[in-house]
Amino acid sequence: MKYKLLNGIALTIVLTVPSLLQAADYLIDTEKAHAFIQFRIKHLGYSWLLGRFNDFDGSFSYDEANPTASRVAVTIRTASIDSNHAERDKHLRGREFLEVDKFPQATFVSTGFTENDDKTAVLTGNLTLHGVTRPVSLAVKHIGHGPDPWGGKRRGFEATTRLKLADYNIDFDLGPAAREVELFLSVEGIEQ
Amino acid sequence: MWRNTQDAYGLVSIILHWLVAFTVTGLFVLGVWMVELGYYDRWYQRAPDIHKGAGVLLFGVMLAHAGWRYSNPPPEAIGSVMQKKAAAWVHRMLYALMYMLMLSGYLISTADGRGIHVFGLFSVPASISGLHNQADIAGEVHELLAFALIALTILHALAALKHHLMDRDQTLKRMLSIKH
Repeated sequence: MKYKLLNGIALTIVLTVPSLLQAADYLIDTEKAHAFIQFRIKHLGYSWLLGRFNDFDGSFSYDEANPTASRVAVTIRTASIDSNHAERDKHLRGREFLEVDKFPQATFVSTGFTENDDKTAVLTGNLTLHGVTRPVSLAVKHIGHGPDPWGGKRRGFEATTRLKLADYNIDFDLGPAAREVELFLSVEGIEQ
Repeated sequence: MWRNTQDAYGLVSIILHWLVAFTVTGLFVLGVWMVELGYYDRWYQRAPDIHKGAGVLLFGVMLAHAGWRYSNPPPEAIGSVMQKKAAAWVHRMLYALMYMLMLSGYLISTADGRGIHVFGLFSVPASISGLHNQADIAGEVHELLAFALIALTILHALAALKHHLMDRDQTLKRMLSIKH
């Protein structure tokens, strides 16, 4: 009995201590859709065209004591592109843009995280899109963190970056004002 | 003159036949051409609008054709029993392909609930929309059916030429003129 109790205490310590010392792991809450990957691109240079990827998942780890060690990995199902127009989405999935049959996934894997004092940070990593892997840099803002009302803990960020379509071998000419696309990501992670 | 007889087509059938023939050929050429247009091409928006509008109108013509054919049977086919059977099956396939083509085209354009505007005259509302990958799947089907229809049309035309040049019968002539 005594032995069991000690064992129990030891086990509790083993389970608790690392979570106090190590980075917390978060699963991005795509299940309940508290995460968004949106893009916008100029239409003819006259307005913004907005769209998003509906199907993705990912996780990150974040340690308040050592934010530099943070890591992020996200996988996007490219076929889930949604610009609120089925015929345009068909075109975007097709051979002139994302070729989703050939390249069903886009991935981002972080390589570095540099936090500033003002809740902003720079996240670097490798983005694989349309079969091309390139380093990208995202401007990150820490939105908030803390307990949720249902017994869990959450943490959220937003991030923006800008891509040149030609860098990813997407060559369809949408005009001089539409060579670059801006990405806006909003992710909320549930602590695991 | 207007109605079909035992051995001749009337003017209505002849006009409907060639109207469908030219529209189908035109839609095929337009379709193949328009999907390759660049974004800044002045036809980029206009060509698909014409393709869809003409497709909807063709559907109306096809219904009229079916109604006319039902109430006013065509003259008897010329040729052997086997030839007649083959001709009847090719005709059935042509009709089936055309209706499936129009349906698949409709399902592409209405995949997200938008209707099809027909030359600013009227709109065809969406009915089936939001199926998984609807526009993409309907698009693939539409393209395959289009090539199948053109292949079958070529067979149909070659058969007519064979009747004209080798069998030297009235098959082609009676679709070109009401007096023969």
